[in-house]
Amino acid sequence: MSAAPVIEMAHISKAFPGVKALSDVSFACHAGEVHALVGENGAGKSTLIKILSGVYVPDAGNILLNGQPVAVKHPVESLRAGISVIYQEFSLLPERTVAQNIFLGRETLRNGMLDMAAMRAETRRVLDLFGAGARVSPDAFVSDLDVATQQMVEIAKAISLDARVVVMDEPTAALNEAECEVLFQTIDKLRERGTAVIYITHRMREVARLADRVTVLKDGEVAARFDMPPVPEAVVHAMVGRDIADFYAPSATEAEIGNVVLAVQNAGNAVLRNISLELRAGEIIGFAGIQGAGRVALAMAIFGQMPFTSGSVTLNGANANFSHPRDAIRGGIGLLPGDRKAEGLVLMQSVRDNGMLTSRAFGNLAASHKSNTHVNLSSMDGLLDRMQVKAASYEQDIKFLSGGNQQKAIVARWIALKPKVLIFIEPTRGIDVNAKAGIYHLMRELARQGTAIMMISSDLPEVIGAADRILVMRSGSIVAEFANGAAETDIMLAATGETEVAA
Amino acid sequence: MTDNTLPQADRQKRQLPQVNPVYFVLAALIVAIILQNPAFVEPTGYMNFLKRAAPLAILAAGQVYVIVSGGFDLSVGSVITLVVVGSSMLLNNDPNATWWVIAVMFGIGIGVGLINGLVVCYLKVPSLIATLGMMITLNGVAFMWSGGAPRGYLADSFRFFGRYNFTDLPVIRILPVAVIVLLVLGYALYWLMHRTNLGRMIHAIGDNPRAANLAGVPINRVRIIAFIVSSLSAVAAGIMLGGFAGVSTDVGIGYELQAITAAVLGGALLLGGRGSVPATIAGALTLSAIFTLLNFLGLPQPVRQIVQGLILIAAVAIAVQRRKHTGR
Repeated sequence: MSAAPVIEMAHISKAFPGVKALSDVSFACHAGEVHALVGENGAGKSTLIKILSGVYVPDAGNILLNGQPVAVKHPVESLRAGISVIYQEFSLLPERTVAQNIFLGRETLRNGMLDMAAMRAETRRVLDLFGAGARVSPDAFVSDLDVATQQMVEIAKAISLDARVVVMDEPTAALNEAECEVLFQTIDKLRERGTAVIYITHRMREVARLADRVTVLKDGEVAARFDMPPVPEAVVHAMVGRDIADFYAPSATEAEIGNVVLAVQNAGNAVLRNISLELRAGEIIGFAGIQGAGRVALAMAIFGQMPFTSGSVTLNGANANFSHPRDAIRGGIGLLPGDRKAEGLVLMQSVRDNGMLTSRAFGNLAASHKSNTHVNLSSMDGLLDRMQVKAASYEQDIKFLSGGNQQKAIVARWIALKPKVLIFIEPTRGIDVNAKAGIYHLMRELARQGTAIMMISSDLPEVIGAADRILVMRSGSIVAEFANGAAETDIMLAATGETEVAA
Repeated sequence: MTDNTLPQADRQKRQLPQVNPVYFVLAALIVAIILQNPAFVEPTGYMNFLKRAAPLAILAAGQVYVIVSGGFDLSVGSVITLVVVGSSMLLNNDPNATWWVIAVMFGIGIGVGLINGLVVCYLKVPSLIATLGMMITLNGVAFMWSGGAPRGYLADSFRFFGRYNFTDLPVIRILPVAVIVLLVLGYALYWLMHRTNLGRMIHAIGDNPRAANLAGVPINRVRIIAFIVSSLSAVAAGIMLGGFAGVSTDVGIGYELQAITAAVLGGALLLGGRGSVPATIAGALTLSAIFTLLNFLGLPQPVRQIVQGLILIAAVAIAVQRRKHTGR
């Protein structure tokens, strides 16, 4: 291990309009070590990596490569400087072979012609470094490879580029257990070769398995730094250790929680295994877990978008294993998608049109758009008024509204149908603090009126603050259940798989 | 993360251009035509103009359903050809056959729209390709049906809709049947698009199909209906065109692109989610007014095509620039 770190980021600050993404973050990685960068969603990990790879230019601070300051203003410059970033979405061309991908843009030539033999040989040499030469043919098409192998090709590409720093952004997100182990062995090989590896994750198990050092980011600042593999609890504390704001609505009292509305028994599909749960009227159930744990898949299964293929679902005692969102809505289930712009809003239509979309979809096609069995223009305006949606006019295109007001309009869409079950996915993503409080109180008010509410959120304090009961998911199963007021640390440990609490 | 609300001043400015610019363009063109040919202000002048423009206006008003839903219908020109050729074959110079032949033609229209819609929804073929294939197929069908040489002519009872004028009326003196058909169908298409649940859902699926699906909109049903409306409007346009064009296998050629141009002139977004039936009809009248003007100026047919091509590009370019400024 050399004295000077291979890569050092010193006192980096970066602000986006309205948001301070990073302030005074310093971070270094030596040759032959794995430095884990951990933090919650929105802590600034991605921003830091995008600065390192030249996608963003920092407002302040320096990047030092082998002690020499370098100005990385473009992704190509960072590649040339020996920094390879492997993003969650791979940058491989699926309809090209492994060798063609590895040599993309720097093909070997002989007499002005492509030297396929040389490229194949070099590809094989690089793959052999990981003992993958036998499994992966340089002539295989990338689209025929599984995700873990594609990742290996990405890493091989970085090696053949002679990368001294390899950055991996949550590389295990799409991998299964066995594939993860292959990846970890590959990373061990990289470490032996003297490559500096920056490993982004929020899974404690991976930190424990791989990291030589750990840096914890929180709200754009370095919250903790460990120069030796720390105990998972210490890392988790640093990640979540902030005050739970007091803007949540009070939780449900015993009397407010009613009968079971939705019951799922031993249900599963390609992503989900052995799901059993009960949603009660008047109760808000929070779902915690890391990305890809199956929370959204569970919501989409209940909503009929990605139906269960086994097990049973009942709604007020009647079979409710829906195979299409329309059937689920007819049965009394509503869903607020996590990606408002891509899945929730029809952006070019008015606030009213967005609010009335679902009730119109169940009306007669040729009937007037102004009123239907659920709602009419003036009662929709009343709903929007009650939720204090701020708009110049409800006839205004919804795209001009702020995130919080857009979200309220989608809530109005569902309230108009008086659903029995309402599923909120990331209800406050991209919404400012005050609007968040408005959404929490709205959820509580709906629960008081007897709706069973399922809330999926990656914001752990929010789950703890707003939910009456918390279910934790991991790898497609429900692995733990907590009463409200549970400690963040315990939930995080269950979500990352450090301990298993019987559900 | 960032807040999308804009300062109040900007919002005020954005609400100023309320009137669709196509109406100003149309008004300017009509003034230009009158300057060229003062007889245009006489009822015979403008009524004949509306009569000639009516088939395109109805065709475009149907096309805009598919465009707003996020697709294109290139098959409408070939539907027109099929209607004209097929009707002349079925009529076989028998005026008594008029009504059932018209019913058969609308039946064919429903069938074509249904197939277009099913292919797009269930076989997931992009509408551009699905309807292009339909266009080529139907042109072939029309050619085969006529045996390569369309014969006969259409009975006067059939040509009534496109050609007949009521005369000796007070004030307007003449009233072509085609203008009545335009008013009735134009209003019906306006009502269906802008005053019903169906119309709002067509907008929603063109704007964001994924969100519409998750909101419970029956997207396949809505999309198929949009294609059927477009095909039916093509049948209506074909019946009217049969009134003043001869029977040939190339009557419908180019109409699909004129209809799309008219919709774009009327401010419809080519990627769906926004469009208006009245503005599209104004767009069709604008296009016809331009052709009329070029005619008065004595410019030949190829010039018409050049102008139409340039207009299509210019209309989209201007719309994009406008949207950049106003955010719409």
